[in-house]
Formats: sequence, C-alpha cells, structure tokens
Amino acid sequence: MSSLVKTAFDEYQDGPVARHPLLADRLDNFSTQELADRQHEAEIRLREKGITFAVYGHADGTEKVWPFDVVPRPIASQEWTRIEAGLKQRIRALNLFLDDIYGEQRILNEGVVPRELILSAKTYRPQMHGFRPPKGVWTHVTGTDLIRHSDGVVYVLEDNLRCPSGVSYVLENRELMKRVLPEVFSGTSIAPVEDYGERLLTTLLQTAPPCVEKTTAVLLTPGMYNSAYFEHCFLAQQMGIELVCGSDLVVVDGQVRMLTTQGSRRVDVIYRRIDDDFLDPNCFRADSALGVSGLMDVYRSGRVTLANAPGTGVADDKAVYAWVPQIIRFYLNEEAILPNVPTYVCSDPRQRNYVLEHLAELVVKPTNESGGYGLVMGPKATAEELRDCAAQIRDNPRNYIAQPMLTLSTVPTVIDRKLAPRHVDLRPFILYGDDLFVLPGGLTRVALREGSMIVNSSQGGGSKDTWVLVNS
Amino acid sequence: MLRRVADSVFWTNRYLERAENVSRFVDVNQSLSLGGSPQWSPLIYASGDESLFHQLQGGEFTAERVLDFLLFDKRNPNSILSCLVKARENARAIREVLSVPIWEAINRFYLRVRDAARDPDEILQLPADFLERVRRSSHEVIGVMEATMSHDEAWHFARIGRMLERADKTSRILDVKYFVLLSGRSSISSALDVVQWTALLESTSALHMYRRRHGRIAPASVAEFLLLDGHFPRAVRFAIAEAEISLHAVTGRPLGTNLDPVEEKFAKLHGELSTVKIDSIIQRGLHEFIDELQCGLNVLDAAIYQRFFEIQPLAEAASDQQ
Repeated sequence: MSSLVKTAFDEYQDGPVARHPLLADRLDNFSTQELADRQHEAEIRLREKGITFAVYGHADGTEKVWPFDVVPRPIASQEWTRIEAGLKQRIRALNLFLDDIYGEQRILNEGVVPRELILSAKTYRPQMHGFRPPKGVWTHVTGTDLIRHSDGVVYVLEDNLRCPSGVSYVLENRELMKRVLPEVFSGTSIAPVEDYGERLLTTLLQTAPPCVEKTTAVLLTPGMYNSAYFEHCFLAQQMGIELVCGSDLVVVDGQVRMLTTQGSRRVDVIYRRIDDDFLDPNCFRADSALGVSGLMDVYRSGRVTLANAPGTGVADDKAVYAWVPQIIRFYLNEEAILPNVPTYVCSDPRQRNYVLEHLAELVVKPTNESGGYGLVMGPKATAEELRDCAAQIRDNPRNYIAQPMLTLSTVPTVIDRKLAPRHVDLRPFILYGDDLFVLPGGLTRVALREGSMIVNSSQGGGSKDTWVLVNS
Repeated sequence: MLRRVADSVFWTNRYLERAENVSRFVDVNQSLSLGGSPQWSPLIYASGDESLFHQLQGGEFTAERVLDFLLFDKRNPNSILSCLVKARENARAIREVLSVPIWEAINRFYLRVRDAARDPDEILQLPADFLERVRRSSHEVIGVMEATMSHDEAWHFARIGRMLERADKTSRILDVKYFVLLSGRSSISSALDVVQWTALLESTSALHMYRRRHGRIAPASVAEFLLLDGHFPRAVRFAIAEAEISLHAVTGRPLGTNLDPVEEKFAKLHGELSTVKIDSIIQRGLHEFIDELQCGLNVLDAAIYQRFFEIQPLAEAASDQQ
C-alpha cells in the first residue's frame, strides 16, 4: 500500500464537479491575471465594508479584515444531497440524546454510552436536569465541521453545538462574489444562501415559549470586543431584531425585559452568542459581567427561550463524539450516513496506551476546546512537545482524544497573484425549529499557508464562497 | 429602542460633527495665515484643550504642532482622528440599527482619516484638501442618513446629537474670534478686519447666507446671524430648534407640550434664543452670553442622558419590583 505518501484530494480535479459546465466553461475562461485582479477588488471591498474579525493581542488595533479568496469551492449536487441527509440525521439524533441525558438517561442506563463519560464532561450542566426546551429543540443552530480526506470520503470532524460562528461570512462571501465575478452568476445553477436570516428568525420564533403573543426575539452578544462581533451585528440586522448586551437586559416579575428609551419591554427568545458559563452569574460563573442575573430562573420556568439551550456542549465534547455512531443507532435505528474520523478516547486504558505508543503519528485534541486551541499534531511536534503531551494525557486522560492525521482536500487559491492548491474544510450550518434545514454549502475555510492544515481565522485561515452546483 | 443603542447613535453623530467643526476651525485659520497674519493659538483656545496641547506638544504654537494636535494626535481626544475612531467605534457597536450604506460611509470616512494620519507630512504642510474631504465625508454621512435610514427614533437621536454638538461649536468659534477681533477695538476699522470677519463666517460656511440676509459685514450682525438666526443650519438657535423637534418626535408629544423635564429645558433655551435681541446681548457682553449658553447646553446634555441613556437607575428600579 502506498498510504504513506498521501496525496490530497483536489476538489476541482478529483471531485465529481470537475466537468460541471459552470466550472469547465465559465470559470476556466478567467486568466490567472484576471482572477488576481478580481481578488484585489474583493479585498478593497472587504476593507470598506469593515468585514472584520477581532484578533486578541494584535498590535495595530484589534480588528483584521477577513481574508477571502475569489476561487470558489464547488460541491456536486448529488454529493450535497448525501451530506445534507447525513447532517440532518446527526442533528436529530444529538437532540434526542440531549433530551435523554437531561431526562430519563435511557442511553446511560442501557450502557450504550458510559455514564461516567457524560457526568465527567465539563460541559455537562446538572442545572438542566429535568428540563425540556420547547419542542425538544436543544441545538437551534449547529455548525458541523466536515473534511474530505485523501481517500475521497467526507468525514465529520466536530459537531459545534454551542455557539457556532461563521455563517455571516457565508452570506458576505456570496455577496462579494456576485459583485466581483458577476459573469458566473448569470445562470442559476448555484444553490442560494441569501434566505438564511429569514430562516433563522423563523427557527427562533418557532421555538418561543408557548402561549406568547407577538414574540420578541433578541440577539445577545458579549460586546464589540468579541471576535465574532461582526457576525452578531450582521445577523441581528438580517433578522431585524435588537442586538443586546447583558447590561441591556433585566429580570423583573419572572420575565426577561430589555431597557429601552421608553421603559422596558418583554423578551421571549434570546439567540445568545455567549457561552453557558457567562449567561447568568447566579447560576453559572458568579464573576460574569456579560450575563443577566436571574436569567436561568426565567428560562427554567419556561418563560424565555435560549438558543442554543444551555448544556448542549456535552454533546460536542470530543470524547462523546466518538460515540455518535452508537447514539444515532440507539435513537434512530439507522447507521450514520457521514462517518466519524476514527477516534481514540484516552480515558479508555487500552486506547490510551495505543495513543501513547503512536503519539508521533496522531493528532491529540483536548476534549473541551474549540477553534484549534490546545491541539498537538504528532507528525509536526518536537520531541519535547510530545513528551509534554504524553505527560498531560497521563495526568488527565478524560481531557484528551487522539485521531489519525487526515489530509484535508485542496482547492486552487490565489496566492501572490498565482493559483496554488490550499487545504480546506467545510462548515455547513443547520437550523432546527419545527423542522431541520441545512444551508446549502456552508463556510469553506482555507489554510493560506502552504502545506498548512490549520484553517482557523485566528491562525492564518481565510475563506471561500461555497457553491452547491445544482443540475450537475 | 435600547438605551445603550440610543446613546451610541447620539455619540456617533456628535463625534462626526465634532470632526467636521475641527476641520472648519483649521481651514479658516489656514486661509487667514496665507494672508500674512498667522494666528495658531486661538485654534487651541477655541478647542478648550490648551493645557493638553502644552503637555503634548510643548509651549510654542507653530503651525505644524497645532495642526498635528488638532488633526492627527491620538492623545488629543478631540482631534479629527480621535473623533473618527470614536465615531466608528460607536457606530460599530450599533451597526445593526444603521443602514448598511451609513455604516460604510462612516467606515470609509474613518479609513480615509486613518490613512492620512499614517502619512501626515504633506497634509501638515498643505491641509486644505484633506480638510475639505473631512467636511465632505461628514456631509456624505448626513446625506446617506437622510436618504437611507428610516426617520425613526434612532434617526432622531442622531439628529439631537449632531445639533447639540453644532450649537456648542458654533458658539465657541464665535466666542474666540469675537474676542480676538474686537480686543482693543470697538468697530471694524480696516480691510484686514473685513477679511477676518469674512473668514469667521466662512469657517461656519455662513458667508453667502449671511450676505443674503444682512449684506454688509458688521460684528453685531455676524454675531446675530450665528447665534440667533432661525433659518441658517449652523446657527445656534436653528440647531436647538431642530434638536427640539427631534426630541418631541422621540417622546411622541407635539411641540409646545412640555410635560417632561427634558422638554421643558429645551423649550426654555429655545425660547430665550428666539426672543433675545443682539443689542442687549452685546450690551451685557457677548462672552458672558456665550458662557451662559454653554451652561444651558450642558444642562440639555445631562437631561438627555438621564432621561434616555442612563441604565443604572432604570435597572435598579426594575429590579426593585421583584
């Protein structure tokens, strides 16, 4: 087997989209020079629009312009249909799982998922026990990370069930593409994404507390210094709802109310973009200045909806992730459509030993982090880093998992006015209200450094427009 | 609307108006100094930031130091750059209530000033183009706001912010210039004085409108025009009247019904400006009158803040009901 020399899968050459007329006829007509010019135009536009993200500890102000690449990432429609079905299946099962572990705990009682694994998760919220959110919806918004390995298979890398961000860039990237490459949009063969705001609002209103007339939804942000602040504004604007900070809200007479220039007004649904820990200083972290005192009491009495529900983090714990195929089987009696990346859970002694013996080949991840923080890439780590990593695993095995190092697929990208392959992942966004909806495509993040597989914007990543090509 | 948001809308517009006024101050002085009598110190006196200037730039009022202080010094909270940083920061905090074109206009304005501040040498030598662009950018924001934003509560708070700032700055310009121009003299005596008075009017873009209204240049008429004119948009009385209209749009009560302490205070100041005669102002002392006017404006600021922006008392009152 030649599996030692892994060649990345190229979405343009190796994918089923290669012969799609949109790519073959229209996009190929652009010279590299022309693409580079359009790229330049896009960058000027981004700067003027102030589409930025915050970088903590950056010297020249805290904002950086969102890096964008004009070469889109295509997905064939038959492939997308399968991904869409796989995501819906997964989200449905994970919501049943959350309902269960904060309720009867059947899956733990039957020993399908180890009880200890759930109860030891930092993101498990005993405060939520016995609570069921309206319609059993825990994850109103999910942003699942997918990757395509060199074997051509699309794997689920992470379920982001808490406050996934990035959807605003999907919409902005599309707007930008229409402006800088209008020629390729003259047909209608790219699935639209523009209705996301409308659908998100519908989802929020559908999950309002029952018996509320004239529902008021708001978006709760930690404030303008948060790295996703641009997105918070953007989504509030798209939905036409108020963007609020914790200090704008108070709890009065068992209701959440916002402080307006004309007195206070009741709030029914809070799309919150702050972590569980900061929601309510009375319930979670006492030192939180971002939240609202008494919010959780109102929530548990069913008089306000929080989206996503508190406590969803336990289902995207990276150790719990390893059990998702079993979770899908248990609740839906189906096999997972989208495979997991093989995962070694370090709390299991046998798996831990394997990990410690093969550390140099594996990627080690903390179970409760996101955004690529705390990640150790075995093949790229120094001997000392590996020793530290091994010590940490032995110290606190529950806190780590390991996975084989996958090779992310590539898409041509404008680098120094030329095209070069760069690795990408994909984050589709899934809404869950009365029904499940998957936004066609999602956010394609691209690692701009040659050979790098780290796509996070905080670490040199950019993004691309994602095209689901219908009728291909 | 949210109190925090109303506050930010108000301040976004105050800072933009402030930047525009700094540009006006500087521009007129610049054109005067070309005529051979450079006076840089009054610019600093007018801004009220004299001690800060000495602390940051040293004792001497050279053209370059004064310009740098007023245009690009980040440590001066009222420099054009500082105003734009704060205007944009406030706008960014409330981006969702502004229309997209407004945000983009403010952001472009900010980027232009920031880029200029990175390479200031040429501008400090020849600032006229830059200053002109600042005024135009400010007017662009006003125009885009007028044309693309619903004239709802947020829009009215924006206008109140702009008008209060304008009233304050117009009166300051008049105060300083009047003092300088009339010191030791009782009336216009030379061609140079006409040039100076003309420059004062120009710094508020008032020259043509003044001529249509009063014709010849006379100190009392200039003061009257800038303080008491009911039609000129940079006159203090006009600005207060506009702010009052917006205040009533916010409270939802017609003009003249002053049930709220804020409404009462606006009505009082507006009433005074509508009835007082310029002769009696000059007799009592223009400087003293403007001093009182500034106090009156501070009262309005404080009243607006308490009634619409301050969060603490309302939050406490609301929590007390539990």
